[in-house]
Amino acid sequence: MSAGSGQFQPRRATTEPLWLRALLLTFALGFLALFLVLPLIIVFGEAFSKGWQVYVAAVTEPAAAHAIKLTLIAAAIAVPCNAIFGLAASWAIAKFQFRGRQFLITLIDLPIAVSPVIAGLSLMLIFGARGWWGEWLNEHDLQVMFAVPGIVLATIFITFPYVARELIPLMQQQGREAEEAALTLGASGWQTFLRVTLPSVKWALLYGLILCNARAMGEFGAVSVVSGKIREQTNTMPLHIEILYNEYQFAAAFAVSSLLALLALLTLVLKSSLEWRAARDLAEAEACRRPE
Amino acid sequence: MFTKKSSHKPVLPGFGLSMGFTTFYLSLLVFLPLSALVLKSFELDWAGFVKVVASERAIASYQLTFGSSFVAALINLVFGLLVAWVLVRYTFPGKKIIDALVDLPFALPTAVAGIALTAIYAPNGWIGQYFYQLGIKIAYTPIGVTLALVFIGLPFVVRTVQPVLEDLEQELEEAAASLGANRLQIFCRVIFPALIPSLLTGFALAFARAIGEYGSVVFISGNMPFRTEITPLLIMSRLEEFDYAGAAALGTVMLMISFLLLLLINALQHWSQQRHGGAQ
Repeated sequence: MSAGSGQFQPRRATTEPLWLRALLLTFALGFLALFLVLPLIIVFGEAFSKGWQVYVAAVTEPAAAHAIKLTLIAAAIAVPCNAIFGLAASWAIAKFQFRGRQFLITLIDLPIAVSPVIAGLSLMLIFGARGWWGEWLNEHDLQVMFAVPGIVLATIFITFPYVARELIPLMQQQGREAEEAALTLGASGWQTFLRVTLPSVKWALLYGLILCNARAMGEFGAVSVVSGKIREQTNTMPLHIEILYNEYQFAAAFAVSSLLALLALLTLVLKSSLEWRAARDLAEAEACRRPE
Repeated sequence: MFTKKSSHKPVLPGFGLSMGFTTFYLSLLVFLPLSALVLKSFELDWAGFVKVVASERAIASYQLTFGSSFVAALINLVFGLLVAWVLVRYTFPGKKIIDALVDLPFALPTAVAGIALTAIYAPNGWIGQYFYQLGIKIAYTPIGVTLALVFIGLPFVVRTVQPVLEDLEQELEEAAASLGANRLQIFCRVIFPALIPSLLTGFALAFARAIGEYGSVVFISGNMPFRTEITPLLIMSRLEEFDYAGAAALGTVMLMISFLLLLLINALQHWSQQRHGGAQ
């Protein structure tokens, strides 16, 4: 393709002809519309298909309200636990060299690849009535399976990689000069962590937290193994959706789904704004480094 | 197991604390339950183990799980590259929103995705009804399972290819063009080779994620043994029959495959970073 025909077009050689661009764009946007936008439209469309009153009734009836409460409780315990784990793991992995480091990173990724059903089953083999600790738990009148603690454990298992995965690459990239400088200037270890490391990873940490939260509130497979699905006792929102759906209460199932879909959309909005802030901070830091 | 290399003089504090906590947390949450799973499957003798994991029903479920995951990952490979290309190279209105929307499958609960896709592709669904008139059933067949897995794996290829494509030096393309290469040659010989490691990583990630998927598939598959029953679902039905050893045996097989895939993915990512870093 010659670049010199007609008027001056400096980037003509490194882009495609207009018709091809239009075609590629149509295919890409069509694919995304079919797979991402249409399901979202369906969720909200079906949720309101029987009117506002049915919608409001579906999300405020006692079973739904209890499921929402249980989902919030599980996330409220799982997310902070995984945040602490994520910070500890990323500190150890990103700031130090040790044998088995790569293996440890693989281990942290495991819940993303392992089927949630296997996660639930494994927990059951430990805490269930016939599991390793079942007898002991029973003697001390502690119920883990088919109760809230089991749901929390399953949620923690499924969501623990998310904070760590956001933090590890960023901390590795930032190196350890800033921390070493702080220590040389007399800061204690905790001061260095709180005043140097934490502020520099805050946006990634926040993003990890909201992603972890979205996964925690939406976890289905692992929780469905360990919960027992007792209505108004061990039913989380995704399990409640399944029950409503199997009872052919489609409008109600989609109404509860729409709450989780809203949460997903909110997560995406927060994510974009966090990325924007992180990019801005990075630009500011670059500008500070070049004073002249 | 995890000991610091003595060549590095420790400067930063907190290795013991952070490493200790990490190891404790992982042992309690990962090592302990997963070893319980593997040990439980040892309760069967070898013949019993083989009988469970190589039963006709199990093999049918592997075929469906791996086959539909592979096809879904292939679809995501092609369209993921296309979406990443469009997002990086072209400008169009609403680009930022669409870029953010690509992560939807990470954020949307799988059960919600499952019932929404079923409502679209069921014989009386929004799109499914037209195909049904043509005699094609989508939901409750392997096609439906594959579509759900395409949704679940959609972000992986886009998100692994996108940053590599962004960092690709346009000077190389300009050089190729000035040496007389046409656009297709530039794409095949300059751009595509640079993207191969990230494409493979994205493909493997989408494949690994699809193999374990449960929530979205369970609604759209119809769950008929031998025909539309994925392996995680077979594990679930073994559990409901209180056949814990059988469930654990199937779980162990799946776990080993997932773990091998993860090791492969990490090796691919390592390769990708080296190639990527080396090019700069």
